[in-house]
Amino acid sequence: MSTPRLIRGAIWIAIAVVGAAAFGGIALNRGESINAMWFVVAAASVYLIGYRFYSGWIAARVLKLDPTRATPAERLDNGRDFMPTHRSIVFGHHFAAIAGAGPLIGPTLAAQFGYLPGTLWLLVGAVLAGCVQDMLVLFCSTRRDGKSLAQLARDELGPFGASAAMLGTLFIMIILMAVLALVVVKAMAHSAWSTSTVFATIPIALLIGVYLRFFRPGRVLEATAIGVVLMLLAVAAGGWVDQNATLHAWFDLDGVTIAWFVIGYGLIAAILPVWLLLAPRDYLSTFIKLGVVFLLAIAICVLQPDIRMPALTRFIDGTGPIFSGALFPFLFITLACGAISGFHALVSSGTTPKLIARETDVRMVGYGSMALESFVAIMALIAACVLDPGVYFAINTAAGVVGADPVTATATITAWGFPVDPAQMQELARSMGETTLYGRTGGAPSLAVGMAHIFGSAFGDGLFAIWYHFAIMFEAVFILTVLDAGTRVGRFIMQDALGAVWAPLGRTSWYPSAWAASLLVVLGWGYFLYIGVIDPNGGINILWPLFGMANQMLAAIALAVVTAIFVKSGRLRYACVPGLPLAWLVTVTTVAAWQKIFSDDARIGFFAAARDMAEKLAAGALPPERAAVASKLIFNQQLDGWLTVFFLIVVWTIVIDMLRGCYQHLSGRRPARSTESPYVATQLT
Amino acid sequence: MSAFRAAWWSIWAGLRSITGDDAYERYVEHCRIRHPGATLLDRGSFYRAELDRRWSQVNRCC
Repeated sequence: MSTPRLIRGAIWIAIAVVGAAAFGGIALNRGESINAMWFVVAAASVYLIGYRFYSGWIAARVLKLDPTRATPAERLDNGRDFMPTHRSIVFGHHFAAIAGAGPLIGPTLAAQFGYLPGTLWLLVGAVLAGCVQDMLVLFCSTRRDGKSLAQLARDELGPFGASAAMLGTLFIMIILMAVLALVVVKAMAHSAWSTSTVFATIPIALLIGVYLRFFRPGRVLEATAIGVVLMLLAVAAGGWVDQNATLHAWFDLDGVTIAWFVIGYGLIAAILPVWLLLAPRDYLSTFIKLGVVFLLAIAICVLQPDIRMPALTRFIDGTGPIFSGALFPFLFITLACGAISGFHALVSSGTTPKLIARETDVRMVGYGSMALESFVAIMALIAACVLDPGVYFAINTAAGVVGADPVTATATITAWGFPVDPAQMQELARSMGETTLYGRTGGAPSLAVGMAHIFGSAFGDGLFAIWYHFAIMFEAVFILTVLDAGTRVGRFIMQDALGAVWAPLGRTSWYPSAWAASLLVVLGWGYFLYIGVIDPNGGINILWPLFGMANQMLAAIALAVVTAIFVKSGRLRYACVPGLPLAWLVTVTTVAAWQKIFSDDARIGFFAAARDMAEKLAAGALPPERAAVASKLIFNQQLDGWLTVFFLIVVWTIVIDMLRGCYQHLSGRRPARSTESPYVATQLT
Repeated sequence: MSAFRAAWWSIWAGLRSITGDDAYERYVEHCRIRHPGATLLDRGSFYRAELDRRWSQVNRCC
């Protein structure tokens, strides 16, 4: 063994030992508190080892990545979407595309189980499932001229599987947009500072859009720099609005009003030309997002805050106040994107493969960016767990669960074993520049409080209110980007489907069709948003599990396509690489969906909740404010139940279709037919 | 000093590339090599066409 190899071996052994020690420290700690650095070190070691060994093995043995093979970016180079790009640039593009609100919100909600379950699944799930999915889909698409997931599904599973995948994607997007919109609305309700800041981002985006279109076309960097400065000013100006009695009254809006604003915004933004609002907002939100993630990592390392949340809470039995359901399967459903996200398969196919210059870059871009994304989720978990558990529950639990007045709410939470008192909450709200923080469900406000705590303490004391509203603004801008971008993509999918019924509806440039399809998509998510806002239990407890199930099912669809490709392309002996995560996802989502459909517990089952509420309504046992909306909530619970049935059918149809295809192939009934593009030697040096 | 400048230059180039700031220059360069003599889009039209293409597919996640 040569010396450099020896040194490298020693370094990896050291990383493994440090990682194992940190991991053991986290898992076995039963003291009062534990330093957040343990989490950072354990996570970094796990990702490094997963990247070095598992992704290395997959790259060399399973996929046999070939650096001499010309990629679609090289062969089909058109100077636009197909373009060989340096791998660190592709990594940046891909990470910016996959990093969203999901990995920030999921871990925050899952912290109700304690810090341990979330940490374990974020690390294990990412290394063995999430990163693998992204890498494999990226590989399969790169070998097939950068085809999209829907096209891959059509080639591998047939038209039926492709339609199911497309329909599934559309419904998942609608639920996703509804839940993210709900998060924003909950953060902005009766907060003049948050509302005015978020509203101000719209004219800023318009201004940047006009600048980029007419004054300095395509000068993205300078325009974004101007926009970011304006947005920071908007955060500061929000504090001034909050102090001014007249302006305060304008922006102090209730949830339903803000929901209508958001719905109207979504519709207008989807119809307006992309250059005016959508694209500039995306530039700004991407910049701020990456900046905040970077800043949060530094702040955690500087401050090294203590984790206050216990390792496990009593809510692992399924009685959780933020969302109901036991650890298995609902931890996995709730964490979703931070460990494995089906949505990434849509970016990993179609968009990113067209930039990959060399096939071997698939490893760093696919596996590496998901590892980084999971690291972001770990930081969100840390930000939730540095709060006093009592404060965490007071912010995240809806008034319908703990009671509307501070004394009852804090007494209930204290009785759970998480002491908190009204004076403490009042002081916290004051320091954050808010009137109240009770019942701000959705995860964003508690994450913002956690981030304000970390930033405010690490970068000079004070300014908590500014940091808090900066964090809210940061979450709101990229959630709004998801709303307009998602509505637009949903519109294209909808038009594609409608075009099959009547051809003119499929023409994306025909305005009546474009508007009608956009309206349908907005009505879809707008409905779920509205119901979520009027639900006294906060709405999140219904929508987030629905979103999580849908997201994990999309991941299952993507892995089913990859498994089919593996079996048909002579990689049968490695089929367990996508196959095991697939089996796990199908199990988790099926159990979760089953419980959501058939559970008799009104806190878990959709139909049980509908029955329970109908009985109480008939008996006159509901308080008046709940009785007023009961019929809408009952209908919604039933609709959610049927939607879950639909998701379950879609995912099982695809899995059975995949297994049937594999069986036919293996038994020789259907001859092998390669769907890969033929080998061409690379000319790149 | 020159090493410092080179490092700064590569960071700047990377930043431009990652944000798409240099997309038009790369397009012009591509056309110059692959399709000499072809008519080029001007900066504004290229920017608009690129945006329409990019936002017609999923390019942002949850």
